[in-house]
Amino acid sequence: MAVPEKPVLYSYFRSSCSWRVRIALALKKIDYDTFPVHLIKDGGQQFSEEFQTLNPMSQVPALKIDGVTLTQSLAIIEYLEETRPTPVRLLPQDPKKRASVRMISDLIASGIQPLQNIAVLKKVGQETQLTWAQSVIGSGFRALEQVLQSTAGKYCVGNEISMADLCLVPQVANAERFKVDLSPYPIINRINKTLLTMEAFQVSHPSRQPDTPPELRA
Amino acid sequence: MQAGKPVLYSYFRSSCSWRVRIALALKKIDYDTFPVHLIKDGGQQFSEEFQTLNPMSQVPALKIDGVTLTQSLAIIEYLEETRPTPVRLLPQDPKKRASVRMISDLIASGIQPLQNIAVLKKVGQETQLTWAQSVIGSGFRALEQVLQSTAGKYCVGNEISMADLCLVPQVANAERFKVDLSPYPIINRINKTLLTMEAFQVSHPSRQPDTPPELRA
Repeated sequence: MAVPEKPVLYSYFRSSCSWRVRIALALKKIDYDTFPVHLIKDGGQQFSEEFQTLNPMSQVPALKIDGVTLTQSLAIIEYLEETRPTPVRLLPQDPKKRASVRMISDLIASGIQPLQNIAVLKKVGQETQLTWAQSVIGSGFRALEQVLQSTAGKYCVGNEISMADLCLVPQVANAERFKVDLSPYPIINRINKTLLTMEAFQVSHPSRQPDTPPELRA
Repeated sequence: MQAGKPVLYSYFRSSCSWRVRIALALKKIDYDTFPVHLIKDGGQQFSEEFQTLNPMSQVPALKIDGVTLTQSLAIIEYLEETRPTPVRLLPQDPKKRASVRMISDLIASGIQPLQNIAVLKKVGQETQLTWAQSVIGSGFRALEQVLQSTAGKYCVGNEISMADLCLVPQVANAERFKVDLSPYPIINRINKTLLTMEAFQVSHPSRQPDTPPELRA
């Protein structure tokens, strides 16, 4: 009988969406292989015919697992949650708390990140892209900080880690890369710092990936 | 004690609001509409009262069960978990659920936010039509390819799902931006099928309390 293959994650070291899934895999102690997809080299390896077959949106991450290829980071995380509920749950049991977790995740994954991803910044053009990115992240973080005033405990929603936290940390890294001043967002800052002390957030960090360039390696 | 009816903060033409209106109709949940005009008064979504409900200044928001929910897909998943009958919006099988969420996210993160009212304002009047057509075109090209693997009568097999609730409003956006839909026969077919259903009709932008008279069905 064949041994089931290890899952394969198509990932770019610096992709915040890929990082969300890397954290989930680490928290759930799922061993996997990385297939690096460089978003800039070769005109962007996400546009290769092979990769477009895996994900017609030409985006990372994609995850080969259980005989299928999954795309869209939150859909992947919810699948991992449903099929591998232990050792750490990424969504609470209570429907209202689950709604808060999904709301915060969607605020980031629909309301901020897509507006500053590589494709949109290309459309916006080199001259304007920094101010554009700072603007969309700033608007989003202003709203998120207000939301967290009601929902946050130690983490984004109460005192249990959730999918929302997996979205927060990579988005803060994006904010830092675009030189967004984080001092107006003390709750975001605090939660981000707390999470970064956790092993799952460290092993999955952009500075520690198979495809991290030598000059950026931790 | 009579609990109040749910209240949906909605704009007739908001595709995100329409997704939730369809879900409420399919699940036969009676509700009141509080219209939020996204253009009048500088955009009513920016009022202090509404920002308290949703700091993102976006519709929809849903007051239900003593809480206010935002983000259309989070709202729909909440309705699914608390009101599973009479119609389920997600299949039971985890791989099919992943397909439903993947298609929903493709639309709700990969297309709609790139052509919403706030982004088009940033892009500016001169460029906004071509911008919208471009992001919808890219997204629909990908979606059509995805549907080749997943679709049956609906987006995922033969059961209606959250993915279908995202598809129809996005097609309406495409039509509003004069995107040619002939390259997308599967999207077209599924959209037409869904529009014959009552839940997609009662929730239609042309039939809302805040639909302007000249656009009313």
